[in-house]
This record gives sequence, structure tokens and C-alpha cells, in this order.
Amino acid sequence: MQLFSEIINGIETPVIAEETETKEALDLPWNVIVHNDPVNLMSYVTMVFQKVFGYPKEKAEMHMLEVHRKGQSILWSGVRERAELFVQQLHGYLLLATIERTG
Amino acid sequence: MEIFRNNGMLEISEIDPFLAELLRQIPVSTNPESVPAAEQRLFSSPAGPDEKELCAEWKVYVEPELRRLFRTATETVESDLRQLGENGKPFANSTLRIPQENSEAWLNALNQARLAIAAKYDFTEAELCDHYRSPIGSRRDLSLFQVNFYGFLQEFILREMECSAPSMPDE
Repeated sequence: MQLFSEIINGIETPVIAEETETKEALDLPWNVIVHNDPVNLMSYVTMVFQKVFGYPKEKAEMHMLEVHRKGQSILWSGVRERAELFVQQLHGYLLLATIERTG
Repeated sequence: MEIFRNNGMLEISEIDPFLAELLRQIPVSTNPESVPAAEQRLFSSPAGPDEKELCAEWKVYVEPELRRLFRTATETVESDLRQLGENGKPFANSTLRIPQENSEAWLNALNQARLAIAAKYDFTEAELCDHYRSPIGSRRDLSLFQVNFYGFLQEFILREMECSAPSMPDE
């Protein structure tokens, strides 16, 4: 006859593993990425970053320059719903923005 | 042409007929119809090709909202531009007054126009940055001038918005 503790352990182990997996899948952060575009003005892109993300001017400029020099910049990471909303706002300002899963 | 702020308005005075015509072209230039490259640029994909479901939902729910937003901005600009024909003299210089509350709509419509024209003519980064280009000799040159002129207006509107903004987040 199995001990109660063994049964509990036997049951709990797979349940915990499953829960952890689900939680990880839900919490997997999404990146909001802005891509370079030769037409949009640097000052315009900076203003958009300030408006959409509430970044101070220095941080907004840093991201704008990263987009300009490296071709893209990750502006924000987090839950999918919010990331989608940010991308929607960025598209409203006509920036080239995408949402991508991390990892 | 002179640009300055006057009683909460952006005032562009002494607009010669050529520049007035370019301004009148803003609304029609925002229309990406029949130019797939412009349509693609104005309504770009929100995710990579692997995210099929996300992209499909975007087409159904978000894109119509974006179209509405862009159309509203263009209509606001179109309404302001009616001032250009008000003096009834076709070759006289004009004045355009843009209410401050319309600044965002102007930025948006100018951006739509710039992006659509640049996509249509497939301008390279080098062309867009060539400020010493020779005088206008073709439709392509004129369109490049148009993109740069609209960019100049955007810069001015942005500067004015920054000056009149109460406070942006600061470090």
C-alpha cells in the first residue's frame, strides 16, 4: 500500500509541471519592434515614442537613433494584449512596427 | 513663403501658386488606391509571416479603424485647405491658417502623403537625403520635391507643437 505522501507527490508532480508550462506560455513576453523607414522624420519618430510610450525625450531619441542606425529597436516588452495595443497606436502614426514573441 | 504662429494658429503666408497647388495635392496624395506599394506601406503587417492568426485578426478589426483614422485626418486637412481658394485670384499668393488643434491631423495627413508618394516612386534613402538635387525636370523630381516640402511642413508643425506643449515627460 502506498503512503499518502507518495500518492500526493505522485499526483502533484505532473500537475505542477503542467501548470508551470501553461504559466510560462501565458507570460511569455512579446516585443514591440519599430523598424527603420527612410521617409519618416527623426523628429516625428521621437515625438511618437514620447506620446505612445510616455518616454522622456532622451530615451525616445535613443530608440529613434537605434532604429535609424541598426534598422530596428525593441521599444517595449510585455504581455501580448498591451503589445498589440502599442503596435496599433504606432501604426496609427504610420510607423513600421511589429509585435514578436521573445525567445 | 513665411511661417509663424499667430493667435494659436499656425499661419503660412505668401504661399505662391506653385506651393499652394502642392498643398492642395495633400488629400489626393494620401490615397494609396491603385498603388499596391503605397497600400502596403500605409497598412503594413503588424507581425511576421508566422503569426497568421494575429495578422488575419488585424485585417478584420484594426485595419478598418486605421483607415477611419487616416480618412478623418485627411478630411480635416482638406477642410483647412479650402482657405487657399478663397481670394478668387488664381495667381495671387495665399495665406493658410491651421488651428493648433488640427496640428496632429496635419502631421498624419502629411505623413500619409509622403509615405504613399515615396512608395509609389520607390525613392531610395540617398534620393530622399539629396538636398542638392538639380532642378525639377520630371514627374519623379516633382514628387521628390513634394515629399521634401511636406517634410519641411511637418518639421515646422512639430517644432510648434513642442513649443506649445505644456509638458512632455522629462528625465
